[in-house]
Amino acid sequence: MKYTEDHEWLRVEGDLVVVGITEHAARQLGDVVFVELPEVEAMVTKGDEVCVIESVKAASDILAPLDGEIVEVNEKLVDNPGLVNEDPTGEAWFFKMRIEDMGALDEFMDEDEYADLIA
Amino acid sequence: MGDPKRLLLADLHADLGARMGPFAGWDMPVQYPAGILKEHLHTRAAAGLFDVSHMGQVILRAPSGRGADAAAALERLVPADLVGLPEGRQRYGLFTDANGGILDDLMVAMRADHLFLVVNAARAEHDLAHLRAGLPGLTVTPVTDRALLAVQGPAAATAVAALVPGAAAMRFMDAAVLAWRGTDLWLTRSGYTGEDGFEISVPADAAADFARALLAQPGVAPAGLGARDSLRLEAGLPLYGHDMDTGTTPAEAGLSWAVGRARRTGGARAGGFPGAARILPEIDRGPARRRIGLRPAGRAPWREGVEVFAAEAGGDPVAVVTSGGFAPSLDAPVAMACLPVGIPEGATVWGAVRGRRLPATVVRLPFRPPSYLR
Repeated sequence: MKYTEDHEWLRVEGDLVVVGITEHAARQLGDVVFVELPEVEAMVTKGDEVCVIESVKAASDILAPLDGEIVEVNEKLVDNPGLVNEDPTGEAWFFKMRIEDMGALDEFMDEDEYADLIA
Repeated sequence: MGDPKRLLLADLHADLGARMGPFAGWDMPVQYPAGILKEHLHTRAAAGLFDVSHMGQVILRAPSGRGADAAAALERLVPADLVGLPEGRQRYGLFTDANGGILDDLMVAMRADHLFLVVNAARAEHDLAHLRAGLPGLTVTPVTDRALLAVQGPAAATAVAALVPGAAAMRFMDAAVLAWRGTDLWLTRSGYTGEDGFEISVPADAAADFARALLAQPGVAPAGLGARDSLRLEAGLPLYGHDMDTGTTPAEAGLSWAVGRARRTGGARAGGFPGAARILPEIDRGPARRRIGLRPAGRAPWREGVEVFAAEAGGDPVAVVTSGGFAPSLDAPVAMACLPVGIPEGATVWGAVRGRRLPATVVRLPFRPPSYLR
């Protein structure tokens, strides 16, 4: 698993990258009550705001970690946004994207580096 | 601003695992480990204990030493019927300005020899200066050596009465001084959640013990400022600086009821407060806009600042959301805005949420009926 400075995790699944938010991020957000997902087949650029997450407290975004195409979204989050708090690194993935070069993942933090970031 | 002020109960909040955050110059418990959603729902189902010691507690005394004389004087700044307030009762009031705007809202409790006021934390300094300037001859004393706790929810009365038996006989907006282990507690049966409950002023040296004794009662759990905000929003209660300010009149804020009959046109003591020339005719003929509820379709919350439109496309905004968020007890978003009266209850309006116009239904406040013990 790789981690971004925006507290997203990235997991490789075949030729796709699965994206979610870290436990740390979910805890900081508090109870998630609304999730808006991107369109499937959308072409996104690194840094684009692709998802909206609203907690009881505040709104925040998930940014596209890389350039690529959204190929699948987790509709379960729309009906059950609380899943983001219950299982942020498992069931509560947000979207899967296809990127051109898997090598681009190397620039992101590994688990130890991320642990240092949030320490 | 400097460092935020530390609550008397800061150590208790640390023990309870609170997440602290700055609010109105204080370091406040925003939430506990349960989280805002659970704290909110627990308060509606059982009882929440809130530390609201950031609120300004003030004693107002007249030279005569009579509470009624202090009340008569305070009517010069507050358009409530305070002269008619019996001893042992509390009333909601507003400080108004010469233009008819609202400087702050407050609670006023009548005691035999003085009035006890509770004002907003962010306005406390302002209100003290305003009282001193507006009521020369009266003594204005901020109370800084007492915590203020709110116990709210259906289990609150049983919990408080277990410690302070006399509390059981109090009704909504009663005020009483009752002893707990030899310490005088100042209680009112009131709150800011739409629930039955109490606000209790406790001397500093007894505050932590009393708070822990409350937390040991069945059903009582700590709740932070986050839950307090979502609870008051559901209850349709306005928040100063958001749903009302100097740019909002009492009628526009939906608070005409806080202007006493005796203070209105034709009343025994009509006028005699700042802004009466604007405020009273406006109550008589109705305001051009008034604070009202919005129920957004779907689940996306409308936060403060969302522009509200009368149509799905085009036109200028007719209002801005003044408070909004997610209502845990309704499992849906809710918001408040000051809409032109031409837009009736039941109408659809649109809010610009992240560049898109989403619909909401205009509804009467509160979103959820209160359960005060009348």
